[in-house]
Amino acid sequence: MPNTQFRIWRGERGNGGFRDYTTEVTEGMVVLDAMHQIQAEHANDMAIRWNCKAGKCGSCSAEINGSPRLMCMTRMDELPTDKPITVEPMRAFPHVRDLVTDVSWNFEVKKKIRKFRPRTPDAPDGTWRMQQVDVDRVQEFRKCIECFLCQDVCHVLRDHHKHDEFIGPRFFVYSAALEMHPLDTEDRLADLKEDQAIGYCNITKCCTKVCPEHITITDNAIIPLKERVVDEFYDPVVKLVRLFRGKSAKGTRG
Amino acid sequence: MSVERIEHDVLVIGAGGAGLRAAIAAADAGVRVGLVCKSLLGKAHTVMAEGGMAAAMGHVDDRDNWRVHFADTMRGGQYLNNWRMAELHAKEAPDRVRELEAWGAVFDRTADGRILQRNFGGHRYPRLAHVGDRTGLEMIRTLQDHAIHQAIDVHMEVTVSALLMDGGRVAGALAYDRERGRFRVFACKAIVLATGGVGRAFRITSNSWEYTADGHALAWRAGAELMDMEFVQFHPTGMVWPPSVRGILVTEGVRGEGGVLRNSQGKRFMFEDIPENYRNQTADSEEEGWRYTQGDKAARRPPELLTRDHVARCIQREVREGRGSPHGGVFLDIAWIKERIPNAPEHIRKKLPSMYHQFMQLANIDITTTPMEVGPTTHYVMGGVRVDGDSQMSTVPGLFAAGECAAGLHGANRLGGNSLSDLLVFGRRAGEHAATFARENPGARVNQGEVDAAVSAALAPFDRGAGGEAPYQIQHELQDMMQELVGIVRTEDEMARALAGVARLRERAARVGVQGNREYNPGWHTALDLDNLLIISEAIGRAAIERKESRGGHFRDDYPEKDPAYASFNIVVKRGADGSMHLERRPIPPMPDELKAIIEEQKA
Ligand SMILES: Cc1cc2nc3c(=O)[nH]c(=O)nc-3n(C[C@H](O)[C@H](O)[C@H](O)COP(=O)(O)OP(=O)(O)OC[C@H]3O[C@@H](n4cnc5c(N)ncnc54)[C@H](O)[C@@H]3O)c2cc1C
Ligand code: SF4
Ligand code: SF4
Ligand code: FES
Repeated sequence: MPNTQFRIWRGERGNGGFRDYTTEVTEGMVVLDAMHQIQAEHANDMAIRWNCKAGKCGSCSAEINGSPRLMCMTRMDELPTDKPITVEPMRAFPHVRDLVTDVSWNFEVKKKIRKFRPRTPDAPDGTWRMQQVDVDRVQEFRKCIECFLCQDVCHVLRDHHKHDEFIGPRFFVYSAALEMHPLDTEDRLADLKEDQAIGYCNITKCCTKVCPEHITITDNAIIPLKERVVDEFYDPVVKLVRLFRGKSAKGTRG
Repeated sequence: MSVERIEHDVLVIGAGGAGLRAAIAAADAGVRVGLVCKSLLGKAHTVMAEGGMAAAMGHVDDRDNWRVHFADTMRGGQYLNNWRMAELHAKEAPDRVRELEAWGAVFDRTADGRILQRNFGGHRYPRLAHVGDRTGLEMIRTLQDHAIHQAIDVHMEVTVSALLMDGGRVAGALAYDRERGRFRVFACKAIVLATGGVGRAFRITSNSWEYTADGHALAWRAGAELMDMEFVQFHPTGMVWPPSVRGILVTEGVRGEGGVLRNSQGKRFMFEDIPENYRNQTADSEEEGWRYTQGDKAARRPPELLTRDHVARCIQREVREGRGSPHGGVFLDIAWIKERIPNAPEHIRKKLPSMYHQFMQLANIDITTTPMEVGPTTHYVMGGVRVDGDSQMSTVPGLFAAGECAAGLHGANRLGGNSLSDLLVFGRRAGEHAATFARENPGARVNQGEVDAAVSAALAPFDRGAGGEAPYQIQHELQDMMQELVGIVRTEDEMARALAGVARLRERAARVGVQGNREYNPGWHTALDLDNLLIISEAIGRAAIERKESRGGHFRDDYPEKDPAYASFNIVVKRGADGSMHLERRPIPPMPDELKAIIEEQKA
């Protein structure tokens, strides 16, 4: 596929439109390579965010032919070339320029999530003991590269703009990692229910589908968190038991 | 021109592992801290680190302790290391790793529930605390999440373009934000440089766009000394195919888990060339090497786990002598372990998840069944700002440096895993000492004339517009030239040509022009980076010509042997009053007897 056509969204702060470019695509190229080639050949000032080019930093998120993906992990030979390939910025965040959006909201959300609070150390030297089987689940969540593609695709944010009330799938994954951390003693369930509106999520699994780290966001993070919230606030038996035992042992549910 | 002015006590430039750890330490010390970074928070180079962080905790092999780690580091660095830093690093790394766990990091575990450690090149015992092969992500995320609850002002996507001076000491920094292209003055009492490396000076590199030597060049312009610039590390295993992924790293963890290197004839060539000083620590059969990777304490390490400089050159030799793979590398095979263990594919996916992913997605290769093609890639710079071993202060008062942009710990060659621990140990030290400096010294004054001059210099490319030289073109030419002439194998003639080339490119860079406006304009950013890349390329070239021997990461075809005459000094690069570059041979201070004794005892 020597000369391939691209339709790239260009503009500033939401004002702009698609512009067409043609560039030569060679074996093994990914979309980010093509964008860089266009940048070097035709559009020196085209704004793109990227860093590692290896799927590790989560900077190069964009919508390619309509699907949220990492530009550096999308091989050109997986895309049909009979039509121009469209590349657009993520739509759930304020636009800055060309393919770059303002994702700072995500950084603000994280500050509001209660921080990790470990139990007292297990050993006299101040260290803890944990079994691999007990950390496997948390490690899945910690693979998150903060690409915010899941945030981009979640209809609660994308279509209903509930950014003020709803923290989005990335931060359910983050909360799950903390809540299911074998050492953590903090309780975030009331926050998840009240301030972070986990109830808005209706488990469409769109977020899981786009996650480049293959984190099973809905099944492993959101649903167990929802169950905990239900147990905590709506189940009378659990409530009663809680009254006598204090916060239930972590890492045993969900 | 009106420029926004922001005040902090300590300004940390860079938000990778070193910068974040420094900012946390300075905030803990109670001063006002600002943290600036070119990318978004959490995207710095550190996020890419894979294999692990070295710390002699002795969880997997209780023969390990700081003395062994110290000796390994010194031997790996061919004794040009700052021995005080090597000592502090070996002693303090375990505490820094445990501290991460206390802040929420989730490392892989041993059977008895402690932090697991893995094998890596040049380390005598399994020593790398890790999380599969995404240790850097775990580390940066833990630091980032811890830091957001400290009192630290974070300025993301802001690039520092000049340090501001008050007499001989630092007074602040001038920066522009990527989004709007507006300038900001950061006034402060102390600065920690934590800007990472210089890999973008070469064509084939594992490094991100950020690695344009900013900290190195900022320090040099401010009059600080740079040291060991001839030592650039070429990692033996980068991807070589397809072309667009060339250089992307394949972690040493693959070899640590039992991966072997073979040439096109199927031969495991690393057994053929084992350096004398590693002979009695290296396996003499494939059988023994395999046992080592599987945790047999009686076994010695396979030759694939010799130091990076050595492995990279052996690979280059195979390629040059016509025994390479179809695309100009050699084969790295982890799939073969199915002959040894059941469930090998599952085991590989568990131990090396992101490598599995990376090859599947980018090269369409399943590493559990098929060997990878790999070759050397520019990876790390041992050289950097010369600092005091304890405090990390440079020769400029109030200017500190830590992490990859500082020199000293690694000498002529860095051991894998020693960078992540370096960031934590010396990031913390730099942050603490910068806070102390800020507290003990009166405020400095920012000179408006200096600010105005720096702003106009930065904007000059817009005046030249489309008629000027193209920034990307100059950058590409520099990268090709450095790769070609100052790469893994060097000669005097080639390097002299490179220096002449740098001078020519510098003239062209002075005429560079950019189009568009200042908002998120990558062409402009590239134009501004050029000066830094050119300074550092010149420093590398000059220091490499000066060192007429082969040692560690520096290999000279015209002087292929190690020369004892070069074992007793570091090469220091400094700016003369007229802006020119000066070289000096700086004797290494004598090592205390206690440390000498450790090196002797560990030679056995
Ligand atoms: C693929 C890969 C794998 C690796 N694996 C390992 C490993 O397993 N173990 C190990 O020990 N090491 C490893 N390394 C090396 C290690 O990752 C780096 O040496 C280390 O992360 C450098 O950290 P740092 O804090 O010094 O800099 P970085 O993490 O690179 O951070 C630099 C920061 O400085 C900022 N910056 C730069 N210039 C400016 C400027 N002008 N203005 C403002 N901000 C600026 C950047 O934005 C960034 O925030 C690996 C490296 C790579 C590339
Ligand atoms: S499953 Fe929930 S969080 Fe995920 S996209 Fe759907 S609504 Fe959003
Ligand atoms: S959970 Fe997945 S999709 Fe969402 S930010 Fe993290 S890596 Fe990206
Ligand atoms: S550039 Fe880092 S994920 Fe694409």
